[in-house]
Amino acid sequence: MSPKRIVLRFDATIADQPIIYRLVSDFGLVVNIIKANVNPQKEGTMVMEITGEKNKQGLEYLRGQGVQVHTLTENIIRNEEQCTSCGACTAICPSGALYLKRPSMEVHFDSDQCVVCHLCTKICPVRAMEAHF
Amino acid sequence: MAIEKSYAEINAKIKEGKAVVVTAEELISMVDEKGVKKATEEVDVVTTGTFAPMCSSGVFLNLGHTTPKMKMHQVWLNNVPAYGGIAAVDAYLGATALPDNDPLNNNYPGEFKYGGGHVIEDLVARKPVRFRATGYGTDCYPRREIETNITLDEINEAILFNPRNAYQSYNCGVNLTSRTVYTYLGMLKPNLGNAHYSTSGQLSPLLKDPNFNTIGVGTRIFLGGGTGYVVWNGTQHFPEFLQTDSDGEQKGPAGGTLSVLGDLKQMKPEWLIGTSYLGYGASLSVGIGIPIPMLNEEVCRNAAIKDKDLYAPVIDYGEAYPNAKPGYLKLVSFAELKSGKIIVNGKEVPTAPLSSYPKAKQIAAQLKDWVAKGEFILGEPSQLLPSSDAGLKGKPLKG
Ligand code: SF4
Ligand code: SF4
Repeated sequence: MSPKRIVLRFDATIADQPIIYRLVSDFGLVVNIIKANVNPQKEGTMVMEITGEKNKQGLEYLRGQGVQVHTLTENIIRNEEQCTSCGACTAICPSGALYLKRPSMEVHFDSDQCVVCHLCTKICPVRAMEAHF
Repeated sequence: MAIEKSYAEINAKIKEGKAVVVTAEELISMVDEKGVKKATEEVDVVTTGTFAPMCSSGVFLNLGHTTPKMKMHQVWLNNVPAYGGIAAVDAYLGATALPDNDPLNNNYPGEFKYGGGHVIEDLVARKPVRFRATGYGTDCYPRREIETNITLDEINEAILFNPRNAYQSYNCGVNLTSRTVYTYLGMLKPNLGNAHYSTSGQLSPLLKDPNFNTIGVGTRIFLGGGTGYVVWNGTQHFPEFLQTDSDGEQKGPAGGTLSVLGDLKQMKPEWLIGTSYLGYGASLSVGIGIPIPMLNEEVCRNAAIKDKDLYAPVIDYGEAYPNAKPGYLKLVSFAELKSGKIIVNGKEVPTAPLSSYPKAKQIAAQLKDWVAKGEFILGEPSQLLPSSDAGLKGKPLKG
């Protein structure tokens, strides 16, 4: 069975729970965490691959715990011509994919770090961040 | 003897292509190296720049007469309403105007994908804009409606006129509440999740002439990629120093603003960009650069102020700001803001700008190039703007 790529988003109340352990122990899933980020407010995002017969039940369990589960079919890209390097996205991006280089204060985008949370696509004042399917 | 240079002397050098022009950043290192006196002697003009959302922006349009003639009472450009109460075929389009059918914040937080600022960007980019107007019909202006496409070059005049731009210093916004707030300083996460600020600090025009010794009515500036002018003080021009500490040291000029004007037809879309703020509204990001003539040592000393000596007040946009509670949490320097984190109420808070420092640098460099090549002559102000001495204060609106 081929692995399924998913994005999880959860808030502070779930950050301390052993949800990944339960996926493995209760549903027998093979879990490969690709990226994970829990920010100081303990809101977290995680991108992972899961393989196993009971992946549907596993995802149901996560949703039951209040975790938002999305299939990773999108890519976020930055339209470099449009980006003004204002920086408005950099303290918002939860994974550090968008960051400022100092001292030039130029904004850089490292798509490998992106957890496709879509925040930047909405808050970028010039809509330079685009979701592609 | 104290150095005194006149506008006429400096302009004569510019015309000969002999003026020494440096950006405000370059002046800082020069003063560090050689001292104020030497730098004042050597340098003729210092250039500054800023690129940030400036809501109080807009454009006067003269659309030309139709056949038969029409008194345009209500006017829309790409469905965004403009103000038609000026004259028969004139209108003013404001950067924050929104289409009649915009859901606004009813789908909170609203997206505000297109507004007046975007129309201005489209005009400057020479894109055709859908123009619609209705009139009530008069004896001299009988026509009652029109719908057509216009482009910037086809209409008679387009004058960018921004009544309040280029804020001297601006607030650093944080959020002390436990819910996310959507402000004109961007999205502010709960419980001091982030801090947003918006000036270019040591490159920012009004921070480099804190007492308005050189900026006034008639100062020629870089505006939106073309030439523009300071035409008055901006609205809400209340210049003051943020704090005078116990030793009488003044900290951080703030509160000055500019009214600026220029020919939109000269401007470039990379310096006038329509912007949207989630949950807040639409605006226009404007590029402004101001040359500062090195008239004397005082002007030079001010133009060489560094990020570490320029301050912004940290203000809670969750509760205090919307409820008009005066005061601020603390002052932070632009050096701290640019470092990426500040400490507020004992907590380390990540910072991010809303004004583009790379673009501010480009503007200062472009203006430097124009002046150095003799293509940009300084405008001597016929009247300087009121400084902190004038004691101007904002009045609250009762009701
Ligand atoms: S908010 Fe948008 S324009 Fe500003 S730096 Fe980020 S991607 Fe670029
Ligand atoms: S979608 Fe945007 S904000 Fe979210 S992680 Fe990717 S780059 Fe950062």
